Amino acid sequence: MRIGTPKEIFPGESRVAMTPDSAIQLQKLGYECLIEKGAGEHARFSDKDYKAVGVKVVANATSLFKESDIIAKVRPPEDAEVKRLREGQTLISFFYPAQNTELMEAANKKGAHVIAMDMVPRISRAQKMDALSSMANIAGYRSVMEAGNNFGRFFTGQITAAGKVPPAKVLIVGAGVAGLAAIGAATSLGAMVYAFDVRPEVAEQIESMGAKFVYLDFDEVQTDGADTGGYAAPSSPEFREKQLAKFRELAPEMDIVITTALIPGRDAPKLWLEDMVILQKPGSVVVDLAAERGGNCDLTIMDQKIVSENGVTVIGYTDFPSRMAAQSSTLYSTNIRHMLTDLTPNKDGKLKHDMKDDVIRGATATHKGKITFPPPPPKIAAIAAKAPSAPLPTAEEILAKEAEIMKKSGAQQTGLLVFGGLLMLLIGAYAPASFMQHFIVFVLSCFIGFQVIWNVSHSLHTPLMAITNAISGIIILGALLQIGNNGFIITVLASISVLIAMINIVGGFMVTRRMLQMFQKS
Amino acid sequence: MSIGIVTAAYIVASVLFILALGGLSNQEKAKRAVWYGIVGMGLAVLATVFGPGIGGWSLFLLVPLLGVGAFIGMVVAKRVEMTEMPQLVAALHSFVGLAAVFIGLNSDIIGTSGLMGAEIAIHEVEVFLGVFIGAITFTGSIIAYGKLAGKLDGKALILPFRHILNAGAIVLSIILLLMYMNHAGSWTLYLMLLIAFALGAHLVAAIGGADMPVVVSMLNSYSGWAAAATGFLLGNDLLIVTGALVGSSGAILSYIMCKAMNRSFISVILGGFGGAKGPAMEIDGEMIATDFNSVASQLLEADSVVIIPGYGMAVAQAQQSVSELTRRLRDKGKIVRFAIHPVAGRLPGHMNVLLAEAKVPYDIVLEMDEINDDFPQTDIAIVIGSNDIVNPAAQEDPNSPIAGMPVLECWKAKSVIVSKRGQGTGYSGIENPLFFKENTRMLYGDAKASLDQILQLIN
Repeated sequence: MRIGTPKEIFPGESRVAMTPDSAIQLQKLGYECLIEKGAGEHARFSDKDYKAVGVKVVANATSLFKESDIIAKVRPPEDAEVKRLREGQTLISFFYPAQNTELMEAANKKGAHVIAMDMVPRISRAQKMDALSSMANIAGYRSVMEAGNNFGRFFTGQITAAGKVPPAKVLIVGAGVAGLAAIGAATSLGAMVYAFDVRPEVAEQIESMGAKFVYLDFDEVQTDGADTGGYAAPSSPEFREKQLAKFRELAPEMDIVITTALIPGRDAPKLWLEDMVILQKPGSVVVDLAAERGGNCDLTIMDQKIVSENGVTVIGYTDFPSRMAAQSSTLYSTNIRHMLTDLTPNKDGKLKHDMKDDVIRGATATHKGKITFPPPPPKIAAIAAKAPSAPLPTAEEILAKEAEIMKKSGAQQTGLLVFGGLLMLLIGAYAPASFMQHFIVFVLSCFIGFQVIWNVSHSLHTPLMAITNAISGIIILGALLQIGNNGFIITVLASISVLIAMINIVGGFMVTRRMLQMFQKS
Repeated sequence: MSIGIVTAAYIVASVLFILALGGLSNQEKAKRAVWYGIVGMGLAVLATVFGPGIGGWSLFLLVPLLGVGAFIGMVVAKRVEMTEMPQLVAALHSFVGLAAVFIGLNSDIIGTSGLMGAEIAIHEVEVFLGVFIGAITFTGSIIAYGKLAGKLDGKALILPFRHILNAGAIVLSIILLLMYMNHAGSWTLYLMLLIAFALGAHLVAAIGGADMPVVVSMLNSYSGWAAAATGFLLGNDLLIVTGALVGSSGAILSYIMCKAMNRSFISVILGGFGGAKGPAMEIDGEMIATDFNSVASQLLEADSVVIIPGYGMAVAQAQQSVSELTRRLRDKGKIVRFAIHPVAGRLPGHMNVLLAEAKVPYDIVLEMDEINDDFPQTDIAIVIGSNDIVNPAAQEDPNSPIAGMPVLECWKAKSVIVSKRGQGTGYSGIENPLFFKENTRMLYGDAKASLDQILQLIN
């Protein structure tokens, strides 16, 4: 089958859904690849690059749609593009079916199957095709770059001949994929980074990236994000008040604020209010990654950069990934490629739309003339819910338990000793004195053996076996004593015993020595 | 030489043997400890040869016998590969068993003259017991040797009614003992010998490959008890002391091995592998393969690496490559350590010896308890040819056949690389959820070949 990627027609969109690299991989799956002339231009992939790896360059979108069985693109299709879809054609792109109901119905009417990359369920198996995370990662990184571009000072603190420069302080609100990427970028530039999130379990992730978790003293059982697929849930009004108070406290110090707070299916929560912007120092920068959904900051204007009255820059761009088109195209095309790998289990270039597969089912918006959105919940939860931990035993309970164990082992030992003693008495009553003398030696040797062997280091267990092997060759003494006896058979058997016991002794000792020589300290 | 001097020599020899075993508590002392053992053995043999009870002419027989035995022993010890240690140990056990059998038979031929009353009965029991234990040790070790050397199928042989067969053999032996004590004749002894041979072979044949460490240490213990029984038979205290030392040593080793597999000694001896108690936990995720390039670059970026070797490393003879990799990574200032599970390999301490042979310094080779807490701070854990000892199911899945077994918690490391021949399950046939974890990458192929490829990229 043929996969075609048109040029994105949305104004300002620079990304492309197929790169020369991804095309090579797609061809390995058995597909033929097509691309519209100039589609990769803004992402720095020339038509020549595509041609070089065997991709057919098509002159215009109309013929591309006509020739392709599968359309892979970035943005949701525009009306003009929907019109070009035909029955049985598969479209893979961002689609946002919840917001774009009309678009979905139009595509369905055309009979096209739509796979929405933004609907890929968040389970481990599907991470490799999670385009939202790829794009969020880029957005997080770029937001720091954008902030730096508008910030008049260094990120890192320096002591120079011309004076001391304090490090920039960065606050990141919302530690999702984008937030964490922003933390990573900001810390590696040398800034002091603080991060906040309503989900307490991400504190560890935040700290692992080198930022400080802004701790909120609040007594309320927080949802750990497990039942919302790893996303944040709306918080209670009291919690919100506490949170805003904390931000107000931090605002005067923070040079750069990057907000990334989003709750699925809702407008972005207002977290950075106008009064906080007023508290900030002139020259500070606010980057609002939630601008597309109304913004976390009161002053944010979508797709624009504004400067407040007190000189704080508020950035509301929504096209961060597109601003790094080469990088985002590479990642997005890889996500698409992974999606197609799952759609092509036999690697024969034939699409197999398996609606029983959790991931494919979840991402499918329309299929065979039916709207299949919203999908049923996936069978596997994205993040295992934490089981409430059992109360820890108190000190007294532990002591009581230990005492019980001691008592039990004491009773066991006494029992054994009594039993052993009785057995000895029984043997002593019948056995002759000479046997009992040997028996004492035997029992004591066993005890010495137990004491000595417990101290042997685990790493020397093989040499231990070899040396015990050698000394169990002591059985040679028995054979030596018998060899002097008259009688042919006795002598023969004893001779064989002497021979093999000697092999044992010499072999055992030498191999032990050889092994021990090998143990070298560094 | 008088009896008194011979006894004195025996006392010195016993003390030296105890010191020899005690010296194995650390690597440096151990090198001296072997000499204690050698001197002790020399004293004991010389005192016996020149002591009373050995006729002048038999010396002429003894010298060549001892010489030939020593020569064979030397050649074997020089030639053996360290990966073949389990086989060698098993083979040497069989010698002790066979010698015990012969000495017992000789005692029967020599007869009970000069003894009376209860002494005769005790003597007869001793002969019987000595031959019985010796025979089981002999055939058991031979089967163990065959399995370890790959000459016999390593799988457990499960005969129908095997427990009844074993029990029957023991009951029959006891009946024969009673008949022997009632002067039914030496044939009872010979018949019992055959039964004991069969019993020894069957006992070991019923035990599968990964339980081999237990079997080998168990046979080690048996060979000690056989020597002790011979000591009773001959009234020789040195034999009794040495036999008891070796016997208890083997018993403790078996106990440690069983503990490390969370299985009772009885269940290992009875053979077969414990069945699952319920449906195994569903494993979510997929095995993700990786290649030499990415492993090499991962290693170059890591600060701390823990290597977990298993039997697969010995099979692939990869220890030299592992050592070379360790050396190069350490030269780059990375912390490289080894984590050894008590039952890794086919012999207690097998991995330690292989690594020592490949010149890995022993102070970076750590036991399970020493290193398990360090995994969360480890960048990369490399699993080479081990499976069950790194299986998280032991902790996470109460239905798993290995539930409760102590394992190396390598999945807590930031990333795990598993070098494995293919996608199949290991010896035990238990699915390993480690391979499906998000931070695990699979490096398929022969361990040695894979490591050599990686070595080329790390200079």
